[in-house]
Amino acid sequence: MWALFKARNYEFFRDRTGFGWNILFPFLIVAGFGVIFSSDSGSDYKLGVFPVKDNLLLLQELHLPDRLKTYKHIRIVPFETQDEALDKLAHHKIDILLENAGPELKYWVNDSNPKGYILEKVVRESIIPEAIFESKVTRQEIQGDQIRYIDWLFPGILGMNIMFSALFGVGYVIVRYRRIGVLKRLKATPVTAFEYLTAQLVSRVLIMLISSSVVWLGCDVLFSFRMHGSYLDVLVVFFSGTLCLVSLGLVLACRGTNEELTNGIINFISWPMMFLSEVWFSIEGASDFVKHAAKLLPLTHFLNAARKIINDGATLSDVSTEVAILLCMSLVFLFIGSVLFSWTK
Amino acid sequence: MTGNPSMIEVRNLEKNYNGHRAVDGISLSIAGGSCFGLLGPNGAGKTTTVEMMENIIPHDSGVILYKGGERDRTFNQEIGIQFQHTELLAFLTVEETLKTFAAFYDKHLPVEEVIHMCMLDNIKKNMTHKISGGQRQRLLLGLALLNDPELLFLDEPSTGLDPQARKHIWEIILDIHKKGKTIILTTHYMEEAENLCDAIAIMDRGRIIEQGSPKSLIKTHCREEGCPKNLESVFLKLTGKHLRE
Repeated sequence: MWALFKARNYEFFRDRTGFGWNILFPFLIVAGFGVIFSSDSGSDYKLGVFPVKDNLLLLQELHLPDRLKTYKHIRIVPFETQDEALDKLAHHKIDILLENAGPELKYWVNDSNPKGYILEKVVRESIIPEAIFESKVTRQEIQGDQIRYIDWLFPGILGMNIMFSALFGVGYVIVRYRRIGVLKRLKATPVTAFEYLTAQLVSRVLIMLISSSVVWLGCDVLFSFRMHGSYLDVLVVFFSGTLCLVSLGLVLACRGTNEELTNGIINFISWPMMFLSEVWFSIEGASDFVKHAAKLLPLTHFLNAARKIINDGATLSDVSTEVAILLCMSLVFLFIGSVLFSWTK
Repeated sequence: MTGNPSMIEVRNLEKNYNGHRAVDGISLSIAGGSCFGLLGPNGAGKTTTVEMMENIIPHDSGVILYKGGERDRTFNQEIGIQFQHTELLAFLTVEETLKTFAAFYDKHLPVEEVIHMCMLDNIKKNMTHKISGGQRQRLLLGLALLNDPELLFLDEPSTGLDPQARKHIWEIILDIHKKGKTIILTTHYMEEAENLCDAIAIMDRGRIIEQGSPKSLIKTHCREEGCPKNLESVFLKLTGKHLRE
């Protein structure tokens, strides 16, 4: 088993292209999002204005309500002609269009644009005197550290990278090894299926934990992530999650010699997991059916536990349910994978 | 065959693939210390027969006896196999590949000895995906010899090699044979079978159609005047001259 473990590690580290991509990919994703969310944070809503001559936009000279000019998260986009601006509105390039003429506030919206619907309310609200709100509404801010999107996203990117590496690095590779006869060669030796699968499992889990640590360190240097929990606790969660995803990879690899079919199956499993397990965005507003379906996916429990520790400072006992689910799923996947495993079929 | 006890014996062996009978009631007994050749045209069932004997694929019916009994957990410790088509673990050198496989066995020859025996000294630090076809075949043979096997299966060990590389492989096989090891060899090369084998069986359409020593077969089947006195003539006479899949 030790010999197979060593051989698999050699293969991973000596395949420079694959190794480099495993490290580089999450860096690039996190760096890309870092740039997007640091330089373009005021562009959540786009408000078009026409006519504005020669694209010279002097905010104070526009005939718009003064309060509207001060709102955060609204980018004002100038147009020379109405036709050009309406075309952009029709194609969702802007969310609302205002005429640059006073004193009447004249605007156009695209009924199929939800952002336009909200922005219309904001535009109309901007002409109401502020004093009307006093004594009718109370504003309060949350206390303590606020979680940046990049801090929320980071565990998701690491989890996604582990998921792809586990499914493709184990599932796809074993199926390819079966097709080209490597497994058949191993079957001709005293090596048992249990020894082979265990070596694959241990090697992949260890490699993924090491490469995730390298990515973590690099990203921490670049973006100063806020870690609220214990590193040891998060290591336990990452171990459980990686173990579970690699075990799932072994299930996918237990039979078959068709790499294209395996590729399709892995995509069929990994893409829904990527969206439903909240790698990129929350599914808080989704239907109950979607939320229940998400709970069947190992990545959901992995990321829930990781985010609770990293973002909220939870302890291992706070995430014991998620860890227990991941370990149970791992056992089930390992059992199915080893029972169905074939060296040659 | 010699008078030595049987190393491996099969009785009424059968194998079907999707309704097609690939192996149809084969019986063989291979004496210890002999070099036994299994010949036949493409699709005759040679590889299927050998892989059932190797315990790589299951047989549908029949009996396979190793040293007079059922094959048990020690079988894989005592046999060596060189497959016709196989890839190796990626990104390992020749020496690392041999060391990795050596670790699978309870007892094995020193890796350096196998490297020397298979003339791999000059390429032992080379990656396995960067060696030539002949070097690759010698490495595959080396892997089959690592555990100093009592029974060695060689499935077309010299197919696709140039004459020099083939001769190298033959020399190694003859050396192993001299050490008293039992060898089961499938081949398309009649010259190879004539040079290496004590006994041969010719298969066609899943059945054994003739068996004996190369000399006795030539003597029996090449009596006519003008018939070349070699195994190829015997082979063509028994299996026909038409093309096979």
